[in-house]
Amino acid sequence: MSDVRIITGNEAASLGVKLCEPKVVAAYPITPQSALAETLSRYVEGGELKAEYVRVEGEHSALTVCISASTVGARVFTATSSNGLLYMHEQLHWAAGSRLPIVMCCVNRGVGAPWSIFNDQQDSISQRDTGWIQMYCRDNQEIIDSMIQAYRIAEEVYVPVMICYDGFVLSHTMMPVTIPDIESVRKFLPPYKPHTILSPEDPRTINSVLLPVRRANPEGVLCDGYMEMRYKLQAALDQSRDVIRKANELFAHTFGRNHGGMLWEYMTDDADLILTGMGSIAAEATVAADILRAEGVKAGVVGIRVFRPFPKDDVITAFGHAKAIVVFEKGISYGYEGALCSDLKAAFFGTDSKAPIHNYIAGLGGRDVKPRELVEAGKTTLAAVEAGRMNHEIKWLNCYTG
Amino acid sequence: MQEVLWHGRGGQGVVLAAQILGEAAYIQGFKGITSAPTFGPERRGAPVAASTRISDEPIRTFSQIEAADVAVVLDATLLTMIDILGRLKERGMIIVNTPLAPDQIGIEGCFDVASVDASGIAREQRLTVGGFPIVNTPLLGAFAKATGLVSITNIERGLKKKMPADRAIANCAAIRTAFENTIVKRHDSKTGTSDKK
Repeated sequence: MSDVRIITGNEAASLGVKLCEPKVVAAYPITPQSALAETLSRYVEGGELKAEYVRVEGEHSALTVCISASTVGARVFTATSSNGLLYMHEQLHWAAGSRLPIVMCCVNRGVGAPWSIFNDQQDSISQRDTGWIQMYCRDNQEIIDSMIQAYRIAEEVYVPVMICYDGFVLSHTMMPVTIPDIESVRKFLPPYKPHTILSPEDPRTINSVLLPVRRANPEGVLCDGYMEMRYKLQAALDQSRDVIRKANELFAHTFGRNHGGMLWEYMTDDADLILTGMGSIAAEATVAADILRAEGVKAGVVGIRVFRPFPKDDVITAFGHAKAIVVFEKGISYGYEGALCSDLKAAFFGTDSKAPIHNYIAGLGGRDVKPRELVEAGKTTLAAVEAGRMNHEIKWLNCYTG
Repeated sequence: MQEVLWHGRGGQGVVLAAQILGEAAYIQGFKGITSAPTFGPERRGAPVAASTRISDEPIRTFSQIEAADVAVVLDATLLTMIDILGRLKERGMIIVNTPLAPDQIGIEGCFDVASVDASGIAREQRLTVGGFPIVNTPLLGAFAKATGLVSITNIERGLKKKMPADRAIANCAAIRTAFENTIVKRHDSKTGTSDKK
């Protein structure tokens, strides 16, 4: 009999962490992540999670503890939000560069200034280029399931994974979640095998300074230089696409839930208009697609589940036949457009897809986004395309200035 | 889908009420459930709201409720302070904690109105915190009576998932009493006037 509980996103994440049995947890509480850090601390204190919970004075240290613990061979976990993630920025690069399979939750929240505790995705989007795999969850079931997949993916390709889910919208909203059983999780997720274990019995120098040229080690073997090691990080992210897809397939086979691998599609087969986004706004868009379909508009949704590595081939198949595309984003690359929008345009360049892409910046700082607003945006875009206006556009949804 | 908004003051337990209803509705057989607080900092005594969505299918919308099917008001003084009716659907149901009868509350417009003296019932059951009556659980009994969406038995089962058995006894008694004492006055859509049934 399945174990269904009505829980928040933060509770789903905590239970997911517990099932993956990390040996070290280090986290600094920040809204809206706090309940996750608190729950894990309670699990450790109560003996439910046999891990060391390292209390730290800030997020930079939280990730540094995880980097250190991972380097001596432990499975580790941390979580943060917003400015906490930004404070980790330097160590995000360090974790990926060290090829440590750390898993972290980013409970998405707008960044200051001005100050906000509410949801958008500017925090994780602005950490796009740190070499982490980024996955975005659409509901609480996907949070717990993605957590279990994340460790498997991270430990296979030796790249850290950031599980992103919308603050408050998911972190504080309760919904029914099926809790996977621990025996099946243990079978799905083999024990962590570190690529290197730093230990007094086997002393090594890790991440010492590398010069622009390759150099031989004391045994005379020519070793990777900085550039080769960075290339290997890129290659690992490129290879991780298949690992992510396979992890999703195996998960679906084991647990009966398929979250789509790199992306998921909703009624796209015959869709003229495709709405897209990452996280809960993509779930919201499926309701908008239902409304549009009821009004006779052939609408569908593509939910981008993995943003890095970018699903460059998957999007061509998923969006290929659309006449118009609307990208909703809870973040922006200031001075240009939404980061997802840019990546989609780049992926479509040189293909048969000539669909105009309208980019809506939406929901910044927790501004509510309702399905009827997504419906209106979709209709506006489709009307423009049907009137022969084929240019790309960028707009701000529910913004009352300018 | 049925959308329920709980209006109260910080400390009155609107969030717990929204959660218990979610548990009860799930036991009732609804597959789609969400419950959420008003997002943001919480302050004791300030007007707060929480929501429950109930549906036959899993829920894919997490945005704020614009127009609820049911509004539950834990503190009747809020009726003149915040626009509760403005966030209620036409012909929606409003359930108010008050000793007054539905037609004495002063709610105008196309709404079904239910009233129950949840504060009085809570005091009878000695359900108080710091001298203030706990009204969220009796209002769940009123909800079961007024809407028929969830049975009183399932409300009690839902409650027992959210609080220890010793505390559940008095709360369940309050739920039963509230269920029996809730007065419902349905809006007559044919004549445009309200008529007690």
